[in-house]
Amino acid sequence: MPWEGASMTNNETSPFAPGHPDRAASGAPSSTAQAGPETEVGLDLAVEGLRKSFDGKKAILDGISLAVPRGQAVAIIGSNGAGKSTFLRCCMRLIEPDSGRIALLGENIDHMPRRRLRRVRSQVGFVFQRHNLVSRLSALSNVIHGAQAHHSGPCYWHQALAPKAVREQAMHCLDRVGLAHLARQRVDSLSGGQSQRVAIARALMQRPRFVIADEPVASLDPSAGEEVMEMFAELMRSDGITFVFTSHHLDHAISYADRLIGLRQGRLELDGLAKAQDIAVLREIYE
Amino acid sequence: MTPVSAPPNRFERPSALTFLFYVLALAFIVWSFNNVGVSIPRLVDGLPNIGRILGQMFPPDPSRLGPISLALLETFQMAVVGTALGVVISLPLAILASRSLSPHPIIQHATRSLISLFRTVPDLVWALFFVIAVGLGPVAGTLAIMLDTIGFCGRFFAESMEETDKGPREALTALGASRTGTVFSAVVPQAMPSFINTSLFSLEKATRSSVILGLVGAGGIGIELKVAMDLFLYDLAAAIIIAIFLLVLVVEHVSSWLRTKII
Ligand SMILES: Nc1ncnc2c1ncn2[C@@H]1O[C@H](COP(=O)(O)OP(=O)(O)OP(=O)(O)O)[C@@H](O)[C@H]1O
Ligand SMILES: [Mg+2]
Repeated sequence: MPWEGASMTNNETSPFAPGHPDRAASGAPSSTAQAGPETEVGLDLAVEGLRKSFDGKKAILDGISLAVPRGQAVAIIGSNGAGKSTFLRCCMRLIEPDSGRIALLGENIDHMPRRRLRRVRSQVGFVFQRHNLVSRLSALSNVIHGAQAHHSGPCYWHQALAPKAVREQAMHCLDRVGLAHLARQRVDSLSGGQSQRVAIARALMQRPRFVIADEPVASLDPSAGEEVMEMFAELMRSDGITFVFTSHHLDHAISYADRLIGLRQGRLELDGLAKAQDIAVLREIYE
Repeated sequence: MTPVSAPPNRFERPSALTFLFYVLALAFIVWSFNNVGVSIPRLVDGLPNIGRILGQMFPPDPSRLGPISLALLETFQMAVVGTALGVVISLPLAILASRSLSPHPIIQHATRSLISLFRTVPDLVWALFFVIAVGLGPVAGTLAIMLDTIGFCGRFFAESMEETDKGPREALTALGASRTGTVFSAVVPQAMPSFINTSLFSLEKATRSSVILGLVGAGGIGIELKVAMDLFLYDLAAAIIIAIFLLVLVVEHVSSWLRTKII
């Protein structure tokens, strides 16, 4: 199998493995892990037997198991309706899965109370296909919203109310996506690519350990999409952030990910090193 | 005769229950006319009176323009303060009453019922109630307007927040923001144009009702109108009515102009 190197079987790395009840709390790697280089740094995402059906009949996610070690960049590919978005939302419990176990940043979040779940989510950035910014507010206000991951209160609702340090940090994040000059601009006056950069800046504002992106450039035209995706992946790489994204562009998936996951009809069909894939074969299956 | 394409009967044969309903409704209407006593002769008899009153109204009497203006100002100020208080209280109530934002269904239904109560009891009734509670004068009228505003704004604020795009709120939920944070950062800014629109409508409505509330002694120009009518000073009444008309017209115009500016 060409992707052997990156594939990981769950009994090696599962944080749910018996004998490690406190694994979630400590975040330490399982001692039974058989010493692959990635597994030693711990898992940022571990999913086991995830199932989800919206109507009680057709399984949209049909028993997915997956483990992502810290620092890895993973692309999830699959045709329309394969369940990619549903999978990513389940990982954050934005959608409640029917069954299966999910550990995010080493913590089992299955039945986690809201307050603790919020604390785990605060370290995970989520970038949506549609930017999901508050369009009537300025780019700066939207980036400052990212600080709500760690603070609450009216100071973080609007840039005018934010403390100086927070505004400066937000400007720094905007600077990193190359949009500091548009900080005052309202989001509904920005282009699609600029909006998506603001959304990335909002995620950076969280100082995340892990970023999930659901087709972050699918709504952009090809050249803008290429540019934003390259910048996004480079930011993730330089900050050492674990990065899981879905994409319809196989070339994006191959060039910006270390590892490729293929979903088909709610099942995991492919799991391997991105470089080892034959794009022609993939295209046949997933486009 | 092709039974397949034959058109249906012109009238469906009503079921016995429907038929009974029609008969009862018709009987009730006939009875109502009878009870209210509307009749052509009564109307014809009244016409000369209407003509006489209108005749005495012209020319309007401008002699009390000063007091009228002051009363008019007080009327409008009641409307402004009542609306402002109502809008401020409506926002938290609307959040609690909105299906997607309310912390608990029981709280949602309770708040929704409270808002309905404020809306369905007429403002004149609230005014009567407050006149007894806090005494004659503009405070009673202002409180009545406040409740009426909550009934109106509470409902429409809640609906406009439910209609906003869910995406931004989901994004903030995903990054671990608090419920209050997501509401005030994502939902309220998106619903703001609609809030302003509703509040301006509410102010127009409040201006109209503040005129009437004076009739029960809850402050404002209404009492002047009632006194003028009771003393048969129809020319003075005409001046007051024109003043009211101008106030309502100006408020409606300014408010629609503001609406076009904001949205
Ligand atoms: N909230 C929902 N209620 C009911 N069905 C849903 C819901 N969300 C998704 N689905 C269904 O689940 C299936 C998978 O949807 P999902 O959005 O996860 O696919 P996807 O792989 O992200 O597709 P795309 O590439 O088009 O984004 C689809 O058939 C969709 O109709
Ligand atoms: Mg999708």
